[in-house]
Formats: sequence, C-alpha cells, structure tokens
Amino acid sequence: MKGEILFRNVRLVDGRDDLGQADVLVGEGRILSLAGGEAPRVVEARGMVLSPGFCDPHAHLREPGQEVKEDLESGLSAAARGGYTDVVSMPNTQPVVDTPEAVRALRERAVRIGQARLHPAAALTQGQEGQLLSEARGLREAGAVLLTDDGRTNEDAGVLALGLRYAASWGLVVAVHAEDAGLRRGGVMHEGAVSFRLGLPGNPGYAESARIARDLEVLRYVQSLGQHPRLHIQHLSTRRGLELVRQAKREGLPVSAEATPHHLTLTDEALQSLDPLYKVAPPLRPRADVEALLEGLLEGSIDCIGTDHAPHTPDEKALDLLRAPFGIPNLELAWPLLYTELVEKRGFPLPTLVARFTDGPRRALGLAPIHLEEGAEASLVLWNPAGARPVDPAAFASKARYSPWAGWLLSGWPQLTLVEGRVVFSASHPELLY
Amino acid sequence: MSASATPTFPPHLLDFQDWSRPQIESLLETARMMQEVLARPVKKVPALMGFTVATVFFEPSTRTRISFELAARRMSADVVSFSGAMSSTAKGETYRDTLRTLEQMGIDAYIIRADAAGVCHQAYRWLGKPILNAGDGWRAHPTQALLDAFTLLERLGSLEGKKIAIVGDILHSRVARSNAELLPLLGATVVACGPATLLPAHLPGAHLTTDLREALQDADAVMVLRLQKERMDKGLLPSLPEYIAAYQVTRARLAWARPQAPLLHPGPMNRDVEMEGILAEAPQSLVERQVANGQAVRMAVLYHLLVGRKRSEG
Repeated sequence: MKGEILFRNVRLVDGRDDLGQADVLVGEGRILSLAGGEAPRVVEARGMVLSPGFCDPHAHLREPGQEVKEDLESGLSAAARGGYTDVVSMPNTQPVVDTPEAVRALRERAVRIGQARLHPAAALTQGQEGQLLSEARGLREAGAVLLTDDGRTNEDAGVLALGLRYAASWGLVVAVHAEDAGLRRGGVMHEGAVSFRLGLPGNPGYAESARIARDLEVLRYVQSLGQHPRLHIQHLSTRRGLELVRQAKREGLPVSAEATPHHLTLTDEALQSLDPLYKVAPPLRPRADVEALLEGLLEGSIDCIGTDHAPHTPDEKALDLLRAPFGIPNLELAWPLLYTELVEKRGFPLPTLVARFTDGPRRALGLAPIHLEEGAEASLVLWNPAGARPVDPAAFASKARYSPWAGWLLSGWPQLTLVEGRVVFSASHPELLY
Repeated sequence: MSASATPTFPPHLLDFQDWSRPQIESLLETARMMQEVLARPVKKVPALMGFTVATVFFEPSTRTRISFELAARRMSADVVSFSGAMSSTAKGETYRDTLRTLEQMGIDAYIIRADAAGVCHQAYRWLGKPILNAGDGWRAHPTQALLDAFTLLERLGSLEGKKIAIVGDILHSRVARSNAELLPLLGATVVACGPATLLPAHLPGAHLTTDLREALQDADAVMVLRLQKERMDKGLLPSLPEYIAAYQVTRARLAWARPQAPLLHPGPMNRDVEMEGILAEAPQSLVERQVANGQAVRMAVLYHLLVGRKRSEG
C-alpha cells in the first residue's frame, strides 16, 4: 500500500485505549493502514505516541478587534503547537460574533491560515447583551458549532430558556459561563482564607454552584417542553458545582462540562504572590476543589478539557490586581502540563486523559470522534512522553508570552500535528511541513 | 526591650510577613530616638543626607503623605512627590511605567500608596528598591499599625496579654489587617468587631465578633475605624442610624472596657458616626498622639530601610 507519510514503530493511544505499537500509514487525509506500507516520507517514531488531534471547546482568539492580544494566525499556530487540530473560538470579540457573515469570515480566514481548524462559537444573544436571540439557524449554516454569551453571564433565566429552546431546533449546544453576577460582585480572586488575609475582593465558589443549579433547572424546564436542548458548562471550578453536574448526568440530563488546565493545576494560594498573572475567571480555587475536579475528570463527570485560553498583552497583565483583566494563556502547553502533572505525577490513566482532549470535547460539540483505525481522518498529534523541558513563554507562538507555569519542567510536548493528513506543525521534522 | 543586637531587616516594608518580634522592637526603639529628635528646637538630623525618597500616591491622601514627607525631610533626605490623581496615571500611564520613569531619576526609596492590594509587591518586583507601603487597597498599612503599637506601648508599657478591640468596617480595612498582623507579634490579643456584612469570615491574628459588648468587655484599648459612607451605597449596610445604634463607640459603651482604656482612631474621623464626637477630646483619647508619633515611626522605618539595614549588613 502507498501513502504519503509513514510513522514507524509508534505507540497508539486514543480516547478508548492504549493500542500498542504500530506502523501508521497516512495518505489522502486518512489513516490508510496500521500495518505499515510505503511512503516517500518516513518518521521513525519509536518512543513517541500518536493520538487523535486535540479539540479545544473554549479559546479566546480575540479576532476581530483585539488583535493586539491575539489573532487567528498566532492563536491557531499556538493551538497546532499544542497538538490541537480543532479549536472553538469564543465570540466576545469587538464586534461580537453574532452574525452568519462574521462566522463565515472567520472560517474563511482560518482556512487560509491553514493551522488548527477553527470552529467559531457565536453569541447566544445579539451583541451578547442578554436580551434578543441571535440567528441560530443562519449561524449554524455558516459553521458555528455552539452558542454562548461567554465573557458575560446569562443573568436572565428566561432569555437562557428561550435560547436553549431555539438553539435546540438547529442542533446547537449552548455553553454558559456559570457565575452569578450578584454573588460574584467585584471579586478578583476566590473568596476564602487567602482573599481575607490579602484584603482582596473575593468571588465565592457558591457564585458558580448557585448559577449551575439554576441553569440545570432551566434545562429541565426546556426539556419538559418536549425539546432536546444541550447545555455545556464552561470552566467548572468548584467541588459543589461538580456535584450538581454529576447528579444531573445521573438523571440523564443533556449536560456536558469542561475544566481548564489552570483550575486543575493551580490553587488560590498562588495569589499570595499578589501577581495579576493568576487573576482569572472563575478564580483559582482551594486545593479541595482541585482534588474534586481531578476526580470528576477521571470519572467523566467532566467531559473535556477546555483551555479558556485568554490572552492579554503583558502590559495589561502588569496592571494592579483590581484593574488587570481576567485570563491565562495556555493553549500550547495544556497537553504537556496535564500529561506531566496528572499522568506522570499522579498515575492518571493516559487513555482517559486523551479522551478528555479528544472524544469528550468532540461529543460535547456534536463533532464526530476520531479513533486510531483504518479509514479514520488523519487529524493527529505525535507527542513525546519523555523529553522533559521547562516552559519558556518567550518561545510561545501565542502573542501572550507569559505564563503561570514558566519554568515548570514538563514532558509530553507535541512533535508533529497533522490536520487531515497535512503537517501543520513539526518540532523535529521541518522537512515534513507543507 | 533591647536594641543591643541589631537584627537585620527585610529590604522593604510591605506588611509584617517577613518581620520578627526583635526586628519590630528594634524599629520601635529607633522611633523612640526619633521622638527625641522631634522634641528638639531644631528638628533635623543629617541621617539621610544625600538620599532621595519618592512618595508615590496613586490614591490621594494628604495626611499620610505629609507625615512621610516631613519624616524624610527631618532626616535631610531629598523628597519628590508623585500624585497619581493629578499626574500621568490620569492620562492612562500604567503604574509600572510611572515607577520605571521615576527609577531613571535616581530614587533611593519609594513610599507607595494605591487602592489595589499588591501594588507595593509589584513595585518591589519591578524595581528591587526599598519599598515602603503607605497603604495598598484593603490589604496593609504597616506604618499605621506601627504607630498604633508605638502609641499603645507608650501608654500601656507592654502589650503582653493585652486585649485590643478594633471596631468598625473590618472587611475593607488595611488598618485592621495590619494591626491583626502586628499586635499579636507583640503579645496582644486582637478582637475585631463590626456588622456581619463588614467582617471577613477569617482574619489571621484576630478573633472576630459581631457583638460589640463582647469586643469591648475588659478591653485594654479600643481602636475605632472610619466608616466609609459608600458602604451604604453598595448595600452592605441598611442605614447610618442603624450602624450608629449598633456599633458607635460611645462613652457609655466604652465603660465596658477597662477603666481609662486608651482610645485610638487612624483618622480621618467621622465625628458622631463611628465614635461619639466628644470622645476624641476625652483624656483617654490618643488620637492626636497617634498623629505625632506617626512621624517618629516613619522616620525610624526610613532610617532602617535606607541606612540601618546596610549598616547591619556591612
């Protein structure tokens, strides 16, 4: 059999299992064979792992309007370097992405850039103002994969119910930034022992769980009308919020949830440095919440890792803690970070973590999972489970060249990312790049 | 208290996290010497001759700034003042750029006030120079706590085993936080009291209560905090009369404390709001003494950060 690229002696791990070693032949954008073959380009991949390309349901790529922070080119390149083949961009840009034309324009530009594939999210309400519904049917046709007012919170439960009902008829999932604005008030970090000691305005964990509880009731209500809504909870950060999601899933409610790399690896103690680098929404939580999230990720109550990659300029992040914007960039280190901290250090099962980066997000978005078998779409990542090196923000493709994990020694770095058989990133084989 | 073995000092005064009891006691001993300087007809010593100190107030405050500037001048330092409300921050310049600009002018120490917690820590990271925190958000106001401790020690002799009540808006108070850090370091017990919506759930170093009687009962000293009127606007308190009825420190309520228990207030006072107005002039009131001592304490801190520390290192 003849193909285009042959990965020799590579270990296969997808969201189902660790499949052992194989010779993977890629061609015509697909996996042609797991039993070798001929190809003009051969990658000797002994010691490396091949997995389905990662899918991020939640990234802020800032285009249009905030290109000083990030743009599609830098953001999708960062994604490809992070092993991502699919990225959902949030619509809280300037202007807000709330029209089919805006979605189409983003998609066309992303195709020209040719890095990770872009799946735009569009606003649930016009201008994300929480009042009038956006054109879900047209947005869907233009290529939007989900609707969300992320960046803002859906304060009006009635509008959320209407949005879930209307989106459901066009097969769109609705994602929510679940925080009660009244309980959150002006909080800039988690409200608890650390915030009280530091004298910083706190945002209690109950702002999240109270809103999740409400949103789950809204979901039940819309379901009771005989419709088939789907709700996605973004960046789950609390033990109590997780319990609500777990219970809802047991009851069969159509809800999915994501957790971010930072909520899984950092705690509110990081704020003791009084460095706005750690200012993020929802805020970093105490250790007990982090441990609960790790359990939720293991058991599947948390379906996926959503990065909530939220780049800002270094100057913005050097403002004081009250004025600096919320957000942590992490798209190009999400996988090495969680591979190192969870799989290497805590024995988290590797196929489960792969599932949370691949099948989990794709199912939540209504995209087809990619499994490593003949005929599968060749959107893949080759990564190195060894080769530990420190995080160096200066080398980021993202414009946000700073990181809470700067200097952390991580392994698992992606070596090669393919989108439909085309090499879009190569750390070690530049000759393979188209 | 002995200053015989001079301890080394942290390179800044951001809060009391890095400070030990011997360091604090040595600092207060220096303040006592500065107090003697201030009692002379010519209130000036050459200790900081040749040093340039900048007061950088991103949040306006006239009283504290004057106290710091006089403290520096009485030790012959050159003083420059930057006030954010009137200067380039109003034009959108970041704190970091402002401080880096000043740094190019050869400043030896910075006295910084800001409305956000952590700005002094950030400044120390950016500049690596001696930083003196003149109040950062709700977090810390260490020289206020030092002058409170100094004033209390003058009156009480020692703080060992003493109960100090702090009454008012604890949640938003850098004065309460810094005193809760400092006073227990000197052996005191701190009880912080205020309405439930103005109390944190925890405050290391302090016992918290909403019961004014519990706080004042047998207290050796009472510190009253300023109540900001904006707390009512934000809905944290129903009304001023309600606050006054429950939490105003009055002559009658002060009787719950030990006889002649000293009364402190960091200023500026809202007379007849947090405290019955006439109490400010009562014999047990140390409010004016606090202001006078503030200068001596700030002279001592500047001296240690700029000269004393280097001397003990050398």
